[in-house]
Amino acid sequence: MLEIGNVEKVFGQGTGAFRALTEISLEIRTNEFFTLLGPSGCGKTTLLRMIAGFEHPTSGMIKLDGEDIAAKPPFQRPVNTVFQNYALFPHMSVAGNIAFGLEMLGRPKGEVAATVGDMLRLVRMEELKDRKTSQISGGQQQRVALARALAPRPKVLLLDEPLSALDLKLRKEMQIELKRLQHETGITFVFVTHDQEEALTMSDRIAVMSAGHILQVGTPRQIYDHPANRFVANFIGDTNFLEGRIVSRGAGGARVELASKAMIEASLPDGATTADAVTLVVRPEHAWLVPGAGQGVLDGVIDNVVYLGTDTHVHLNVDGGAAFIVRRQNRRDSVEELAPGMRASLVIPDGLAQILRD
Amino acid sequence: MAVILDPAPALQAASLRERLAVRVKRLLTLPALLVIGIFGILPLLIIVVYSFLTAAPYGGVTLPFSTDAYVSFLFQQDIFDGTLTFVPDYLLIFLRSFIYAVATTFICLLLGFPTAYFMATRPPSQRSLWVLLITIPFWSNLLVRTIAIMLIIRDQGLLNGLLIKLGLLHRPIVMLYTDFAVVLGLLYSFLPFMVLPLFSSLEKLDFRLVEAGYDLYATRWQVLRRIVIPLAKPGIVAGSLLVFIPALGAYVTPLILGGGIHMMIGDLIAQQFGSSRDWPLGAAQALILMAGVIVALFFYVRNTAGKVQHG
Repeated sequence: MLEIGNVEKVFGQGTGAFRALTEISLEIRTNEFFTLLGPSGCGKTTLLRMIAGFEHPTSGMIKLDGEDIAAKPPFQRPVNTVFQNYALFPHMSVAGNIAFGLEMLGRPKGEVAATVGDMLRLVRMEELKDRKTSQISGGQQQRVALARALAPRPKVLLLDEPLSALDLKLRKEMQIELKRLQHETGITFVFVTHDQEEALTMSDRIAVMSAGHILQVGTPRQIYDHPANRFVANFIGDTNFLEGRIVSRGAGGARVELASKAMIEASLPDGATTADAVTLVVRPEHAWLVPGAGQGVLDGVIDNVVYLGTDTHVHLNVDGGAAFIVRRQNRRDSVEELAPGMRASLVIPDGLAQILRD
Repeated sequence: MAVILDPAPALQAASLRERLAVRVKRLLTLPALLVIGIFGILPLLIIVVYSFLTAAPYGGVTLPFSTDAYVSFLFQQDIFDGTLTFVPDYLLIFLRSFIYAVATTFICLLLGFPTAYFMATRPPSQRSLWVLLITIPFWSNLLVRTIAIMLIIRDQGLLNGLLIKLGLLHRPIVMLYTDFAVVLGLLYSFLPFMVLPLFSSLEKLDFRLVEAGYDLYATRWQVLRRIVIPLAKPGIVAGSLLVFIPALGAYVTPLILGGGIHMMIGDLIAQQFGSSRDWPLGAAQALILMAGVIVALFFYVRNTAGKVQHG
């Protein structure tokens, strides 16, 4: 288990000091696929580099299986990294790259050769083992970088946006590949990305970060369905926000009055706001539209209908100003009954809207 | 009536223009080729011819053609019976020059590498300042700088004076006119030629590879040996050549700091064209030096290039 307790990181000193991480505490379980998700500059890469040992925390502790490793140099940690640009050694062959870590650990020649063979098989690169790293494609370099980092059997594998340089199709393949490798090796993966879709598809748990803070930690489902605050809701997936006023509170939920005077039953997470004026968040696929006015919680005029193949997105201008997007999955026999300029009613079933904390 | 456009003439014009452009670009190399031809190749040919002629009594050369110059490089001919005896004097001077040049190159590499590494790891805005500082010695004349070294290391010089004043020495250490003085002078003259190519090679080094090395359990020494040095090899090769070749043919430094006792090839050749008035021998020695350098380079480059590829 990887424990990070109250870690802070300040770069520079005095007036030029920059606080990159504030009060970071996390517990990453053994053999977990854990993702640090956030926009660029949120501190996720700094946190990763700290686990690797390239940066040292200004304060706080990093414990791996009970041992504090915060002060150790990178070459004394059983942690390996897959770098964003792969950082393969250009003067070595594919096999030479994979063998490097094992050679540095002083493993006997026979064992190195056997492990390199296993790794080449694991990432399906046996035929290219004697190639130079400049003579293989981006996706293949990615596999070599993975094999190189996995070969010494680290306790934790760190991945710094490893898929960002690949095109979409290859990225999808590698996502599945990564899950397979994690499953087969039983190693803890800590994955850094700014791509929320990637985070949702691959992770066991996600930590959403912003401006040096961790905003929420949870399974992809928890984070998507129950975002802790406005930033998380906005960053993960498409989201609609509605303003409302709490009329009455119940266990885990509240009755909220919308601008149209319509009432809606919304979920209210523990410890959430005590104020009465609140923001509701509704996912686009959790609502639908009915032609004509007065049949749902809100009325509006359809602004645009966007066909996206599997889905259709309908943009609604709610009376009173706000925009609202509804997503509907297309079926073979779907008939488009909505068109721009039509009046429509927005239906939100009870319990699918959530009250935000801020 | 439909007008059918024939694309062929247009294509021809395009390819003609392209060929013209290539030809114009080739013309750009003409001035350099002329300079190299007139002042490089031509004198070399003259030297080759001279080396196969006979020395004239007051300098210069005269007929007939002979290979005496090459023979006298290794042998001395008896004036009376014409027998040849092996005399290794010139060979020893060549050997000494070679040892000086190798030692200079090696020490330059040892001193230059950390310097270049330090420069390459500065923020980019500071690097040009460091390059400028490295080139400061070029601002004054080599002769002046060599004489300055002489003033520092001679028996009554700055260094001995200081050490005696501090009570560390009772009588001066003899440094001038020793092997040490010559190698020191060569080192000082040629160090920038080592630092600059090393710097340009290390500057291009992707330091994320160094991080990757640390991440894969390599210690600082192993990162240096397995990653930094192999990737800096082009700079090491270039720097070594730029130091070794001029060091081998150095003239001023051994003359002033070696005091004529520790002669190098450059002095030897100059002597043949000067006081000895044996131009064919001087020409032959110059060509033997050149042949030696070419052979050495061939093996050095082939060796190191191979290591870069397979390392």
